[in-house]
Amino acid sequence: MKNIKKVALVGNPNTGKSTIFNILTGLNQRIGNFPGVTVDKKSGFTKLADGTSVEVIDLPGTYSLYPKSADETIVFEVLSDKQNSAHPDIVLVVADATSLKRNLLLYTQIADLGLPVILVLNMMDLAKKGNIEIDIDALAKRLNIQVVTLAARKSQGIEELKKAIQFQDKVGLQLETISVEAIAPELIQDISVALKTENPYVALQIAHQHKNLRYLSKAERQQVEEFVSSRDFHSQKSQAAETIARYNYINDVLLDSVKYTTVAVEETISNKIDHYLTHKVWGFVIFIGILFAIFQSIFAWSEYPMTLIETLFVWLEQAGHQFLPSGVLTDLLVDGVLAGLSGVMVFIPQIALLFAFISILEDTGYMARVTFMMDRLMRKVGLNGKSVVPMIGGLACAVPAIMSARTIENWKERMITIMVTPLVSCSARLPIYTLLISLVVPNKMVFGFIQLQGLALMSLYLMSIVSAILVAWAMKFILKSKAKGYFIMELPVYRMPRWSNVGLTMYESVKTFVTEAGKVIIAVSILLWVLASYGPGDKFEKIDAKYKAETYTSKYSEHEIERLKSSEKLENSYAGVLGKSIEPSIKPLGFDWKIGIALITSFAAREVFVGTMATLYSVDGDADQMDSVRDKMANAKNTETGLPVFTVATAFSLMMFYAFAMQCMSTMAVVYRETKHIKWPVIQFVYMLVLAYVASYVTYVILK
Amino acid sequence: MKLSQLKIGQVGIIKEFTDLEMSVKLMEMGCLPGECVKLERIAPMGDPIAVSVAGYQLSLRKLEASTIELI
Repeated sequence: MKNIKKVALVGNPNTGKSTIFNILTGLNQRIGNFPGVTVDKKSGFTKLADGTSVEVIDLPGTYSLYPKSADETIVFEVLSDKQNSAHPDIVLVVADATSLKRNLLLYTQIADLGLPVILVLNMMDLAKKGNIEIDIDALAKRLNIQVVTLAARKSQGIEELKKAIQFQDKVGLQLETISVEAIAPELIQDISVALKTENPYVALQIAHQHKNLRYLSKAERQQVEEFVSSRDFHSQKSQAAETIARYNYINDVLLDSVKYTTVAVEETISNKIDHYLTHKVWGFVIFIGILFAIFQSIFAWSEYPMTLIETLFVWLEQAGHQFLPSGVLTDLLVDGVLAGLSGVMVFIPQIALLFAFISILEDTGYMARVTFMMDRLMRKVGLNGKSVVPMIGGLACAVPAIMSARTIENWKERMITIMVTPLVSCSARLPIYTLLISLVVPNKMVFGFIQLQGLALMSLYLMSIVSAILVAWAMKFILKSKAKGYFIMELPVYRMPRWSNVGLTMYESVKTFVTEAGKVIIAVSILLWVLASYGPGDKFEKIDAKYKAETYTSKYSEHEIERLKSSEKLENSYAGVLGKSIEPSIKPLGFDWKIGIALITSFAAREVFVGTMATLYSVDGDADQMDSVRDKMANAKNTETGLPVFTVATAFSLMMFYAFAMQCMSTMAVVYRETKHIKWPVIQFVYMLVLAYVASYVTYVILK
Repeated sequence: MKLSQLKIGQVGIIKEFTDLEMSVKLMEMGCLPGECVKLERIAPMGDPIAVSVAGYQLSLRKLEASTIELI
């Protein structure tokens, strides 16, 4: 028996492919990249009845092997390149039983590649409800394959699927579906000989896709290009002919195996829901309402766990100072690392909730409706309805959001989407907003049900979306492109969210946040602590000497001297010098040099701001008075004027700066990767910095 | 008649396509000559539209729908 190692899941979007993947692999999955590209590769292991374990790989959802986006190219690459590390031994084609005809198109293409295929019919429960009767045996016999039926959301049929994988080698290969050679006989012959492809359909696909296939060498690409032009091959005409031939075959197959009982015309539940959710007026009202509810709940539900985490860290810092031997190392650990971490860990509940809500919107099918409603508006400003997904995703994190812009086929629309997505308020800004809002906006209710702090936060989010749309509109006139964009998209039926999926998303997002952001924050905290604790030259010794003098010891208590001393030390430390050097340029915005330090340290990642504040004010604060960051900042006074540092004007000006400035290395890296040109992240960085400075300045002048 | 000219609730049968590039994409999504299409709804701002075809719902812009000729 041949040892089966790899199984790939392929199918149309919205067929429940990911659900099947999750059931097969459970928590035993990891997310990596396909070799050489940044397309997420989800893989994991599943155990068969005989104890052997096979690797399951989830390939991007696609309607056909002819790719419309960068992600979809990977499907043909993995399936046709035997050297690819993800090349499977068996392909599971997942098809939605309720629209079998469309789903079988991809099946026939994959079947013709010559890899062993198992057809998985999902959503059998829905098909039965829709009075679609599928004769599984007839279908299996006709195609000469194993057909497994599933209702994945109910976890029905998984054992049968595993058995089918186990016994695949007992079944012969599926029958060819259409006569591929007839489409372009000479060209297929040319390519088969030159590239030694064994399968005619692989050769035909190479003729179509050779420009984008990364496993072909430059010479091979050139050779195929010559064949294509010498044989007078027209890609679109050939594809049209092939598609029609495939559907003829499918019609023939379905004629013998599927019965559609005509039903009384009854509106489906999904249609009834759409009546309201995409209504002329109610559609938008409900959309705004949903966003509002999400932000209110994020604030309300995260309050208790946040206080809990805050208390825990205050306790840890106290215990650290009490029980660890006092010295430089303890100071570094407690005032540097712990203070920095606490400032960020406290936002885990909010980030988890935000990711959970977004995954619910996607999972229920509501996101597709938002896309549908917004397309007209988005098109007016140079975007595509599909730009809504990256923009809403940008509420969580711009990095995956920018990657999700790959579904936009048109270059110009995609570029504009990528350029404006970082303006949308991401979760890294959330800690900064919540912290500053809680400092200057009173925790009051207006009209009895609207929380003032929640309202302030919601306004910031709305502003970010409006600014993204305005910038997009401006870019529409700058970018030049002739290719027309289009919007052909499936509207999936409404479904209940899969709670296990939502849980998994929350878990993954928190894990990534803690490990990725945590690493940066610990490094920055340590660096910052060193910069704040040491200064150039002998300044620190001089300060020590200064406060030993009579004039001070007689006038102030020991406690006050300690405070004055540490404050002056911070000002003369490396960090202080750095902050002071940029102070002249940020003073018009209402920022002092301490905020300047935070701006510098959070240049690479916004979330570092809160950690920096925590570290800076720990160095500054009283050692025996362990307050939370919020209290430390609220008590911060300007050393010259004695007035509080964080006034309404300064706090809002600071929020404006963080709203617009591109302070995220990861985003810039992903923009570079996606656009393949350094000029895009550079343009983005500059225009956002200019916007940030202007917005902060105006805000400060108005509120001062 | 074109698909873009249907009224809500009206049903038509696809005859042919007037744009090759679009036809390839539409056929992949199940819009084939001979297939029944029903206009389900129009987006709040008048475009795009949603049609029932091949057992599911497809949304497309009016411009794209105008390349589909109905019987």
